[in-house]
Amino acid sequence: MAKTHQSARPNQLFRNLNSKIASIPMIFVALVIFLGGSVWTVIYSFTNSRLLPRATFVGFDQYERLWGSARWLISIQNLAIYGILSLIFSLVVGFVLAALMDQKIRFENVFRTIFLYPFALSFIVTGLVWQWILNPEFGIQHIVRSLGWETFEFNPVYDPDIVIYGILIAGLWQGTGLVMCLMLAGLRGIDEDIWKASRVDGIPMWRTYLFIVIPMMRPVFITTLVIIASGIVKLYDLVVAQTSGGPGNASEVPAKYVYDYMFQAQNLGQGFAASTMMLLTVAIIIVPWAYLEFGGRKRG
Amino acid sequence: MRIRAFAAVMAATVALPCFVQAADLEVTHWWTSGGEAAAVKELAGAFNATGNKWVDGAIAGSGGTARPIMISRITGGDPMGATQFNHGRQAEELVQSGLMRDLSDVAEKGKWKEVIKPANLLDSCTFEGKIYCAPINIHSWQWLWLSNAAFKTAGVAVPKDWNEFVAAAPALKKAGIQPLALGGQPWQANGLFDTLLISLGGKDLYEKVYKDKDAKVAAGPEMAKIFAAADKARELAKGSNVQDWNQATNMVLTGKAGGQVMGDWAQGEFSLAGKTAGTDYTCLPGLGINDVLTTNGDAIYFPLLKDEAKSEAQNVLAETIVDPKLQVAFNLKKGSVPIRGDIDMAAANDCMKKGIAIIAKGNTATSTDQLVSADTQKQKEDLMSEFFSSSISVKDAQARFVDIISSAD
Repeated sequence: MAKTHQSARPNQLFRNLNSKIASIPMIFVALVIFLGGSVWTVIYSFTNSRLLPRATFVGFDQYERLWGSARWLISIQNLAIYGILSLIFSLVVGFVLAALMDQKIRFENVFRTIFLYPFALSFIVTGLVWQWILNPEFGIQHIVRSLGWETFEFNPVYDPDIVIYGILIAGLWQGTGLVMCLMLAGLRGIDEDIWKASRVDGIPMWRTYLFIVIPMMRPVFITTLVIIASGIVKLYDLVVAQTSGGPGNASEVPAKYVYDYMFQAQNLGQGFAASTMMLLTVAIIIVPWAYLEFGGRKRG
Repeated sequence: MRIRAFAAVMAATVALPCFVQAADLEVTHWWTSGGEAAAVKELAGAFNATGNKWVDGAIAGSGGTARPIMISRITGGDPMGATQFNHGRQAEELVQSGLMRDLSDVAEKGKWKEVIKPANLLDSCTFEGKIYCAPINIHSWQWLWLSNAAFKTAGVAVPKDWNEFVAAAPALKKAGIQPLALGGQPWQANGLFDTLLISLGGKDLYEKVYKDKDAKVAAGPEMAKIFAAADKARELAKGSNVQDWNQATNMVLTGKAGGQVMGDWAQGEFSLAGKTAGTDYTCLPGLGINDVLTTNGDAIYFPLLKDEAKSEAQNVLAETIVDPKLQVAFNLKKGSVPIRGDIDMAAANDCMKKGIAIIAKGNTATSTDQLVSADTQKQKEDLMSEFFSSSISVKDAQARFVDIISSAD
């Protein structure tokens, strides 16, 4: 505050001393707990720690075992399917819903609440609700069959080949509302004059959206992307509640592998190796984003 | 008892103000189903009768959920007074790193070495000659539970062993009955496989694979037979869309499924539903082929506490657990076999008596939880749950099994 105020002292270190002191706890937390904890985890992923951490280094053994494990490979594959599809669908559906809401419709508040409502539920509740909806004996399959289509089959929770799509449906149901709200906020941030100008020029509405509005909403899209992507990487509770990784290993995800091996198998080293791989994934997502967001701005 | 309580009050008011509080002992466990909770009540009652106070720390959601919580409390410096683990190596590292209390004095006083049978229960409590846990019950995995009603509907006789069961499966299917019920949780698939291994392959094969960790035997033709049997079981279990073991047991109970391979804790579900062994359901120990039972079950471990009065209470609890009277009361409610051979279990039902007789004869094997580490067990669970839910070939599965065994510890 008050930058123009006389800066008599040349020593930069003591400028704004109060706020610097005030931010010490935050810096401490960031360095020791977040960074320190991550570094510690990475280091111990090279040990053969079992129930308790111990510093006997074994090189890349844990990683070798990790990438040789069928369950880890299934987890990665599932995360890729879930990640790519949920990214595409939640962005597309979220944007379309937001664009529809933006048409100055009646009862907008009501619709917004309805669409956002699932987001207020935890993943655990979402998972349980969809476990019931998709259950062949009580859910959709049962209802359609009792309406007369006797051979109708829709059983994603107990079919290993499509179980990940059952989870995807639940994930989309829960998360799309938030994307819609973010997009709606972005749309509302677009100047009315741009719409007027495009209307005067006779540009059809869909082209205005596609070629003018969406490029203008770049920051909103990037923020949304990061929020969705980080949610994807840490996907755990939805799977635990909906399928517990089953049937068999068919819906396992990396975060569940980490938890199971750290605590159930009492093999911290293996769990750390898996979580280091997850950290790497997050870094791959976050670093380009940070570069685009912060690096770009400095130059501009 | 009144004198002891009086003495406790005196001591509390005069010398040690912390004594009363110290006699509170929090015990964590995952005994939460109907029969289990009734058994815990017996134990808590017996412990309270000694003047101490049982603080119940039940954790719902089976051992897989409860153990991480218990372990992180002990390693995190907030130990409870006592905690349940299964017989075996689940608490191994906690003992090794000195977080658990040595009970050798109590064990000597109670002559545990003589009364506890089979001896391997105490062996898995022992580390460097000292005893670190009090075994409380014995459960065994090798049971085939059959629904008499289901076989009646299908018009075939109730099988007397696994082979007859497999042979009767087509008739069950024809009658619209699920032949084999199997829950989706990984430990159930793993238990089914290990049961097939010891019951069809025999104790020798079982020990060569899990005790000696002989990869050559694991790759051999005898194991191939077990995998072929597992493949058959996979075929019979297809279509049982349930998760929990008791839901699967319920399918047998209601005649929707022909049978289930599950440990003797399933017994509790049958008796809770008021069914009679022999007329409503049939139990086949060792799948009716090989009368050998593994000695799984539970033991109570005592974390090392600084508080002396609490440590004293831990000793009292350990004594209470092994006490003959408590053993009878607890195990009747739990449906498990007591850990000492010198007590009368006349009140047990037919299936339990069969189990007790087999264990008394000494036809026991060490459970896999005792033989292999939690890490190896988890890898096996991953493999078996995948095997039973997908269509990976028997050959691939065996190859991966050999990998696990050759790196097992």
